[in-house]
Amino acid sequence: MCLAVPALIKSIEGNQAEVDMAGTSYKASITLTPGARVGDYVLLHTGYAIQIVDQKEAQETIRMFQEMGMV
Amino acid sequence: MKFVDEFRNSQSGKKLIDRIVQRSKKPARLMEFCGGHTVAIFKYGIRQLLPPNIEMLSGPGCPVCVTATEDLDRVIALSRLPGITTATFGDLLKIPSSRSSLQQARAEGSDIRVVYSTLDALDIARKNPDRPVVFVGIGFETTAPTIAASILQAKAEGLKNYYVISLHKLTPPVTKAILDAGETNLSGIVCPGHVSTVIGAKAWDFIPRDYSIACAVSGFEPLDILYCISMLVEQIEAGQPKMEIAYPRAVRPEGNRQALKLMEQVFEVCPANWRGIGTLPGSGLRIRNEFAAFDAERAFDIRVEEPPKEPPGCLCGAILRGVATPLECKLFGTACTPEQPVGPCMVSSEGTCAAYYHFGGGYG
Repeated sequence: MCLAVPALIKSIEGNQAEVDMAGTSYKASITLTPGARVGDYVLLHTGYAIQIVDQKEAQETIRMFQEMGMV
Repeated sequence: MKFVDEFRNSQSGKKLIDRIVQRSKKPARLMEFCGGHTVAIFKYGIRQLLPPNIEMLSGPGCPVCVTATEDLDRVIALSRLPGITTATFGDLLKIPSSRSSLQQARAEGSDIRVVYSTLDALDIARKNPDRPVVFVGIGFETTAPTIAASILQAKAEGLKNYYVISLHKLTPPVTKAILDAGETNLSGIVCPGHVSTVIGAKAWDFIPRDYSIACAVSGFEPLDILYCISMLVEQIEAGQPKMEIAYPRAVRPEGNRQALKLMEQVFEVCPANWRGIGTLPGSGLRIRNEFAAFDAERAFDIRVEEPPKEPPGCLCGAILRGVATPLECKLFGTACTPEQPVGPCMVSSEGTCAAYYHFGGGYG
């Protein structure tokens, strides 16, 4: 039930954002992530963004996976 | 999908599995707390890929599964009151209660609507100002802030017909209860990813500190889970349990302060009754006095005539505590199937029994 999926913020109006998830647009509340900006990926849970995806951390984890086993 | 596909890469998956197989020597009993993890572990066949000395157990992390039968009886009684509209997440609809289910109440005439979000429930309330609309507040710390936000929104708009029945549950206290019971003999815990997004990874510091058990917060893609398991293996092999984050793109040590702030503004901690586990102090959330006008328990006279009863033979309670697997339940796959469920763990898509039924095969 704690499912949350990454969605890209396309526009923001007040506490409401339009987000893109795999090519489909949804309306989402950013009440819980007031720092969210257009271009951020947020984790969407039951219509609310519950966290901003840290893209730098994501890239770092991916890089570490790629480098694993090469040493 | 960005930030999803990259974490399903099979080559990286193989490297992670190789590393786990190479490094893991000691017997390890790991529990994934979260029902979302249970489903992902089965769906991606992760149990089959792990060396035989690593055993995976499923925990109590399915909010509808741990909703006490008597609480569900009260929700059903509430939904039967004249003139009421009940809004609920779909997961709850089919959960069998003592004598009925919300689905049955709906078939018998109650106005019960499945919503995806409290935002939809607020919309129903706005469009039907003459009908009380009660949202069934179920979920862990991931969901509770969204429900707090809906109450604050209703207050800001002056909505007079929106109510919440708060059955929220908190995850660290039940984890403590399971560890204190000493029934599971765990060596590591896969901590819930999206709960930790809100409460922060620090909330799990007590696991290595007080219980000397390995602990890491995981995301939900296969590489996230394998990465988490490899962290747990390293901790176990080194004999140095600590709290680590295998999901740093979403989880910070301090969590989401805004979500925590709204949750604390609207709710206060209270005891909660967990199906199969019992009443645990400080493990639930109730609506604060300041928001009493939105509290369905205070606004309506909810009466349940008969005492709660559990289905005979159902092992959901023991399964939720991690002391039995569905394969040990006599009803599993015969009397109890997703089409004709007896217990909640078979109904919810992320229930342990449903995961075993759909994906498990003989791998318990």
